[in-house]
Amino acid sequence: MTGSDLLARVSDDLPALQIAVPLLSAAICLLVRRARAAWAIAMVVAWGSFASACVLLSRVLHSGTISYAEGGWRAPWGIELRIDLLNALVLLVVTFICAIVLTASPRSLDQEIWREHHHKFCALYLLCMTGLAGMTITGDAFNIFVFLEISSLSSYALIAQGTTRRALTSSLQYLVMGTIGGTFILLGIGMIYMVTGTLNIADMAVQLAAVGPNRTVLVALACIGIGTGIKLAVFPLHIWLPNAYTYAPAIVTAFLAATATKVAYYVLVRFVFSIFGASLAFGELRLDAVLMPLAIAAMFVGSFVAIFQDDTKRMLAYSSVAQIGYMVLGLSLASVTGLTGGLVHLFNHAIMKSGLFLVMAAVLLQVGSTRLEAFAGLGRRMPITMAAFVVAGLSLIGVPLTVGFVSKWYLVMGALEGGLWPVAVLILLSSLLALIYIWRVVEVAYFRQPPEDAPEVCEAPASLLVPIWVLAGATVFFGIFTSLSVGLASAAARMLFGVEL
Amino acid sequence: MTVETAVGLAVVWPLAGIGLIALFRRWPNVRETATLVTAGLLFAIVAKVILPAVMVGSRPRLDIIEVLPGLQLAFEVEPLGMLFALVASGLWIITTLYSIGYMRGHHEENQTRFYICFALAISGAVGVAFAANVFTLFVFYEAITLSTYPLVTHHGTEAAKRAGRVYLGILMGTSVGFLLFALVWTYLAAGTTEFRPGGILAGQVDGWQLCVLLGLYAFGTGKAALMPFHRWLPAAMVAPTPVSALLHAVAVVKAGVFTVLKVLVYVFGIDLLASTDASRWLTWVAAFTIIAASIVALTKDNLKARLAYSTIGQLSYIVLGGALATSAGVLGGGMHIAMHAVGKITLFFCAGAILVGAHKTEISEMDGLGRRMPFTFGAFLLGSLSVIGLPPMGGSWSKWYLMLGAAEAEQMFMVMVLMASSLLSIAYLMPVVARGFFRPPPEDGHGNPDSGSVSGIREAPLLCVLPPVLTGIGCVVLFFYADDIYRLLMGIVTP
Repeated sequence: MTGSDLLARVSDDLPALQIAVPLLSAAICLLVRRARAAWAIAMVVAWGSFASACVLLSRVLHSGTISYAEGGWRAPWGIELRIDLLNALVLLVVTFICAIVLTASPRSLDQEIWREHHHKFCALYLLCMTGLAGMTITGDAFNIFVFLEISSLSSYALIAQGTTRRALTSSLQYLVMGTIGGTFILLGIGMIYMVTGTLNIADMAVQLAAVGPNRTVLVALACIGIGTGIKLAVFPLHIWLPNAYTYAPAIVTAFLAATATKVAYYVLVRFVFSIFGASLAFGELRLDAVLMPLAIAAMFVGSFVAIFQDDTKRMLAYSSVAQIGYMVLGLSLASVTGLTGGLVHLFNHAIMKSGLFLVMAAVLLQVGSTRLEAFAGLGRRMPITMAAFVVAGLSLIGVPLTVGFVSKWYLVMGALEGGLWPVAVLILLSSLLALIYIWRVVEVAYFRQPPEDAPEVCEAPASLLVPIWVLAGATVFFGIFTSLSVGLASAAARMLFGVEL
Repeated sequence: MTVETAVGLAVVWPLAGIGLIALFRRWPNVRETATLVTAGLLFAIVAKVILPAVMVGSRPRLDIIEVLPGLQLAFEVEPLGMLFALVASGLWIITTLYSIGYMRGHHEENQTRFYICFALAISGAVGVAFAANVFTLFVFYEAITLSTYPLVTHHGTEAAKRAGRVYLGILMGTSVGFLLFALVWTYLAAGTTEFRPGGILAGQVDGWQLCVLLGLYAFGTGKAALMPFHRWLPAAMVAPTPVSALLHAVAVVKAGVFTVLKVLVYVFGIDLLASTDASRWLTWVAAFTIIAASIVALTKDNLKARLAYSTIGQLSYIVLGGALATSAGVLGGGMHIAMHAVGKITLFFCAGAILVGAHKTEISEMDGLGRRMPFTFGAFLLGSLSVIGLPPMGGSWSKWYLMLGAAEAEQMFMVMVLMASSLLSIAYLMPVVARGFFRPPPEDGHGNPDSGSVSGIREAPLLCVLPPVLTGIGCVVLFFYADDIYRLLMGIVTP
């Protein structure tokens, strides 16, 4: 076999490798037991996954949906990995965030986690990545549950690594909530299986359309909605999120905030559109009427609570609750424009939030705290870091030529297209709340003098600054050059609604 | 260099200046020279390359990038934007001279940041002036807000921080809450946000919706300082005086009224407004703002606060001119952008010179100061006359056309409002000059003249006094050159 043949074989098997390589490397990390070596392995795997996600995306764009039969067993009997526009986009986001956050991690990990445990951290990180990638690309409903549990269990362990003891209770709280969520999802899948006799997503959709809406299907949708709602932290099922994000190590927060909830959103979208179908979910079962009020409540409650937080990490966590509200709102608008807004916000919010949480990691590293008063004087002492905070913060507010504006544009347009002008007004009003909580930090950083006895603080190390600015730069870049994010999101939304491309 | 390249260059040119300013931050003299050269070249690009093309009727256009489907980042120069860009870039040169005198005379800190943010704001103003559609305008409008925030809060004190909150809260709040909404609505209704002669909304939006959309634009443009969204302007007076002079009498506020005027003319179209009466209510809001702001100005003893309220009133002249929906009204409004700019910047320059030269901020403390600072108070007189609108000052022409516009629209009440406002502005501006020249200086406890006001001329540093004298003379010059502005602006009503 020549080299190019081997390459061709490997590249045909990319979907499977996307899952298998991180899974196996996790075990290798455990065996290596050396902090830096484990990190190096994880880095290679993470960036490799990202590269492979890029290849898969270009292949989907070039020649349509990829179907990969695991072990050569044809769907619907065998387990299928199925990559279309929607999950190619999600996979790209997830692998990129995994890689960039991992790149930023060493210094921050040194501070927060004992060095002897670093290799375990890397193993958990790769496991979590396996789960997330698996959920994203699998074409089998039961596999979604399996990978969900892999990612969840590893994320409980990751959160529990936090330096304070509250990390343990937060992790436990998430474990209880997450398990309930996982169980609901499993129940939902079971009921659909009962009705359709299949676990393959594409096949389920065909069978379900033949069965039509009955009570079992309705209950199944409710279970899936609640289960993913918990994992996605839809208001009022979000209570695990602020604690988990606040007390987890800073790197873990940056990682989970930008990936776990995004994949949960993907799962919800996948179930609603690819299994139940838009007409069933919105027409017969009125999912939009349930989700829209919750989404709007999330936008306001999340942002409003964020304004009163004294810990900026917690503030950003509540901000995430609000931003998840935007994504869910996009889904509940039940239109191509609205869903485009939701999906593009998935992409955009991942970039902004991971950037902001990495800024938190940098501040924690240099100052030792992320409480609001710790930011006093940082505008002068850590100018590059704080400038990134301002840029990403402006994007969160939705200033034009940043990604936040792009999301808001589609959401407002979706609302107005549907004749829901009060919703459009609410979207704009809630983004002003973001201005308030971001500017509280900006004022402290640039106007308040640090106390006299404060130790000298200098700029964060380059290993953190570079990833931070890659993300902050991306918020501006993708705010101007939107063809990738908006192009994919709108193509995926049209595909899900069955509108001709 | 083609005119199209020049248009793009004019927007990014101040940004190139920022590089130089940052580079030379350790050598103040070189740094200020860099700013001056940047400002001078910007004015040269605008006046020597772009203006001649626009004068002969061409509309140079430069497309940058399509950010979202149907949303172009693009520039296109038409007469109104041409005038605004000329005013902003021309006065930037004089303000830079003044800044050197003021910032050094007043021993201000963080001067590099000051000059950088200033250049950013000017870049934003030129971007607003040349914007080819509402989206591009919105982008640069927000850029102005953000780049002027560090200027308003320059002193970093508690008061500056509070003022910054009001400033950002109102300007961002209105623009995100209303203006962005109006932008999306326009896009959905008309399928485009391009500025086109005659407007883009005819036949797309009608009835009460037209009034609501107009309201979203008028109040969404918080920089136009229509009541009740005017509070940010007095708050912004905590900034150093050059900022109040160029930004809060010229670039920022004029960006606001320019937006309103441009939207009225090129998005709604004055024919549509005239036929539907959709802007009738806006004339009343503007009239109320004119009178109310003038009355508040009368009560202010702080000179800069009085000038700020005067600005609020004068801005509504321009909104009124557009809302009258007659060609004379639009001409008068457009002309007032230039005339008021030169007049009001003179007044602010003088206020700063008085602060640097005599350390006085309250009008009641300025008795007899005119004898000590005759040039400053002389310039103040010239600027006042122009703002009031008396010949032979430039301000008389714009007021003339505005009244003509009101008469054309058969709104005699608005003519009366304009006249009443002139009287009120005499009442709040003239006492400053009268106190300075005719009141005896205050005496200290021993019957001697106050030690600060001994006889003899003691002006502020030269660079603080020269600029107001120049702009004061400019007010007179504009009276004789109003015809050129008129010919430029005629391109709006007769394309």
